[in-house]
Amino acid sequence: MTLLSIILLPMVGALLPFFTERFGRTLCAYSAAIGPLCALGLLIGSAPSVFNGMVDYTYLPWLPAIGLDLSLRLDGLGLMFALLIVGIGLLVILYARYYLSQRDSLSKLYALLQLFMMAMLGIVLSNNLLLLIVFWEITSLVSFLLIGYWSGQTDARKGARMALAVTGAGGLCLLAGALLIERIVGSFELGAIFAAAEQIKADPSYPVILVLVLLGAFTKSAQFPFQFWLPHAMSAPTPVSAYLHSATMVKAGVFLLARMHPALAGTDGWFYIVTFTGMATLLFGAYNALFKHDLKGLLAYSTISHLGLITMLLGFGTQLAVVAAIFHIINHATFKASLFMAAGIIDHETGTRDMRKINGMWKYMPHTALLAMVAALAMAGVPLLNGFLSKEMFFSEALHIESMGMFSWIFPLMATLAGVFSVAYSVRFIHDVFFNGEPIDLPKYPPHEPPRYMIVPVEILVALCLLVGILPNFTVAPFLDAASLAVLGENKPDYHIAIWHGFNLPLIMSIVATVGGVIMYTQRSGLFAFYERKFRHDEKIVFESRVQLSVRVAQLFTDFVQNNSLQRYMALLIGAAVVVIAYALYPMTQFQGTLGVSDIEPVSLLAAIILIVGALGTVLLHHNRFAALLLMSVVGLVVSLIFVRYSAPDLALTQISVEVVTIVLLILALYFLPQITPNESGAKRVTRDIALAAAAGIGMGLITFAMITRPYETLSEFYVANSVSGGGGANIVNVILVDFRGFDTFGEITVLAVAAVGIYAMLNGLHLPLPQADGEGRRWDKEPHPPILAVMARILLPLALMVSVYIFLRGHNAPGGGFIAGLVTSVALILQYVASGTGWMQERLRWKYRRVAVSGVLIAALTGVGSWFFGYPFLTSTFSHIHWPVVGDFELASAMAFDTGVYVTVVGATMLILAHLGKLAQTSHSPRPATSKVYKNTEVTRGEN
Amino acid sequence: MEVLVAVVIAVLTSCGVYLLLRGRTFPIILGLTLLTYAVNLFIFVSGRLNPGQSTIIGVGEGYTDPLPQALVLTAIVISFAMTAFVMVLALRARAELGNDHVDGRIKVEDVKP
Repeated sequence: MTLLSIILLPMVGALLPFFTERFGRTLCAYSAAIGPLCALGLLIGSAPSVFNGMVDYTYLPWLPAIGLDLSLRLDGLGLMFALLIVGIGLLVILYARYYLSQRDSLSKLYALLQLFMMAMLGIVLSNNLLLLIVFWEITSLVSFLLIGYWSGQTDARKGARMALAVTGAGGLCLLAGALLIERIVGSFELGAIFAAAEQIKADPSYPVILVLVLLGAFTKSAQFPFQFWLPHAMSAPTPVSAYLHSATMVKAGVFLLARMHPALAGTDGWFYIVTFTGMATLLFGAYNALFKHDLKGLLAYSTISHLGLITMLLGFGTQLAVVAAIFHIINHATFKASLFMAAGIIDHETGTRDMRKINGMWKYMPHTALLAMVAALAMAGVPLLNGFLSKEMFFSEALHIESMGMFSWIFPLMATLAGVFSVAYSVRFIHDVFFNGEPIDLPKYPPHEPPRYMIVPVEILVALCLLVGILPNFTVAPFLDAASLAVLGENKPDYHIAIWHGFNLPLIMSIVATVGGVIMYTQRSGLFAFYERKFRHDEKIVFESRVQLSVRVAQLFTDFVQNNSLQRYMALLIGAAVVVIAYALYPMTQFQGTLGVSDIEPVSLLAAIILIVGALGTVLLHHNRFAALLLMSVVGLVVSLIFVRYSAPDLALTQISVEVVTIVLLILALYFLPQITPNESGAKRVTRDIALAAAAGIGMGLITFAMITRPYETLSEFYVANSVSGGGGANIVNVILVDFRGFDTFGEITVLAVAAVGIYAMLNGLHLPLPQADGEGRRWDKEPHPPILAVMARILLPLALMVSVYIFLRGHNAPGGGFIAGLVTSVALILQYVASGTGWMQERLRWKYRRVAVSGVLIAALTGVGSWFFGYPFLTSTFSHIHWPVVGDFELASAMAFDTGVYVTVVGATMLILAHLGKLAQTSHSPRPATSKVYKNTEVTRGEN
Repeated sequence: MEVLVAVVIAVLTSCGVYLLLRGRTFPIILGLTLLTYAVNLFIFVSGRLNPGQSTIIGVGEGYTDPLPQALVLTAIVISFAMTAFVMVLALRARAELGNDHVDGRIKVEDVKP
């Protein structure tokens, strides 16, 4: 639990500054320090056991299903980083108290800094790769907010966005890499991953994993060619730069390299990619740092260069190189954080960061100058300072790399060259800022020493630089030991940090670098002119234009896919479905299954031909809408015959009655639409559509054939066996509908009612101009309701209703039931509407169909609820037999009440749709002067039903 | 017969899809209806082709698979409701947009207000 507290303390502490800021800025700073201080105490408390080689674990399940658990470990590497994070974080909190002006919100900065601290601690203490990535992403997000702290400035916003885009993209790569690792190892736990190191390296996907993980690390640690975001992140307040861009966030990348070292390192791929990326970064950063006039720009490029150095060391892969890398991480954090803070002080006191203006500060702020100079010398790698020690180790390792054969000389040469630049820019920092004549029109003049406590953090850090530099074995050695043990395990080398190794090759390289650097600085004017001529490009402009380019490409794609045309969407959708299904079917070699194929009967063949002619005719004649509709109704009739042929009387009855209702509906609707479809599709589109249609049809045909010629397992035996005993009905289909799957049916009738109500709403207030003639220009008949049809329909009505009652009652035991009976009733009623007119019907049948539809759903629901009163679940059915006089034995099932609900819903919904559509025609359609009863009726009933 | 059923479903799907890709509402609704037939038949024949059997207990000799039938029965009714809904939506769209094109942005309006 200690580990969890260490992570959570800064997070809880992030809230405190908001409450204390109103009591003054100093109190605000103190309150912000509480959380980190407690965390620091816990860390120091755990240190002794870690020094003894123990690893502290905490495990809490979080989302075990995806392998994400709160699994933490405190080993030497984690301890070292955690101490850096919390320690420098505390110094930054103190420093920021004096750095920020009264206008800026201190609590916002403190809250973000502590959130960031929490995330960084999470990264270094995670024992689960996925958890590490969660924290990794949090650092990206919080650093976005921190870089953009002065959100009013364009530079800050752009810099923040750039950092987020680059590190965020890297984070996604890392996630992909982690998922691949998990696929090999079967776990995200670091222990398991380390144990499976050989397995990972042998896996064919290892190169992909390596590149993905390295992309995550390189973007975060600003390695070439992703280094460009770091200089632009310098628009952040200086405390943020000191914290994020020297000590912590950019170190997350190299931390990841060190963390994954046991699992991924030791291969050629690792050596070449990591070493050469590091070397390119080292040289690129060192070279550019020399030419930056901005104080923070120089430090930013110097940071890039030092990160490159650490990366290069980790790429070497030798044990001593790893130790040197870890050592340099500590050293760089201390001297670079102090330099950033010193730069911030100078900026704060002079109002500028331009080194061409800031000169001769030695006279104005000797105390700061002394500290900054010591730190800068550490950066240059001067003896008796910590930078010297790790740099000597780096030179010595560079000399020992032999894997490149005769080309191995490149490493010491490049290392020395980088050392030359490094010394040159350090000398420039010292000489330009603190000497070199008098300051030139400073915004604030005269500059003076900062507030006392603003300089304390710098003093502490510089003191550490000196202590480590002079007495390495009494200060840093145990930390280094423990961290090396965590990375290298049993292979940890015996090494000895010493200031004096004798007069050897690394020392000569150091001397060359120092002398060369000073000479280079003295020749700077020529070099500056050269640089100005050659390298004037702004990464921000390049980045922004790339961003805009990607937006344009995305826009083009979106415009292609989403062009506001349903036809395009349909084509893409169907095309995608065809492609997916074709891909899935491709491996199938045999479409015909094991079941035999029965012979084609002549009658069935005839029916199929009629259906095909009907379907093709519908398509061919679709420009003549009425003809197409009639042909389509033929298809519906043949489909119901297919149901008859294959033992589905219920379906045939349903299909045939729905067919009638559908065709009536479509004819009614067609009345309000153009009778002819204009010929709009060009040959290209028709060809495309035919191809899509053919592909879809052939695919469906093949799937159907493959399916029905294969045996299958069904759960139908259950229904067959339990239909009578469990549901009390012999018609299995009906029993399934009203009993076994009654809840589904309940949902379906609800949909039906909802659709009908939706249609009612859409028809409400709809006014469509009416055609005075049909498609061929003939005027409508003067007599809309022929008397013979009307009389016949009235005779048919009671008969049809009786049939529907019969179908309903027998439904449980013979083909029929609520759905079919409801449709038959609807057809009988619709016939009256067709024959006698809406007005005539409304006079006689004053139902409001929407109430009918809803009460049907209610009846079904109440039947279901009824079972609750008997202590059964919703829609449990029961049945018994009663004896009626004359009729005889009669079965009464509660399912029948449910079926009544179905019946009423079907009648209500169907009639609601058709009657209202019919009324729309009736109310608008008045070819004759409105004198008759019809007119009066429609007026009276408008808005009813 | 299996071949014939597959051909029928293939033709219905093709015709349905072709009409679905047209630009005016009415052919699209016809296409939707044809596609509905195809889909209903497809689900139905997933119970395999069983001529001369029964779904009534005590009638006939063998029983066919009643489950696809139950599924298709409600599907038929619901697809009617959906056809009606889309049809009325098309009517409403013509009233609001002035034409019956699915994109509603044809320059020549076929309805004179």
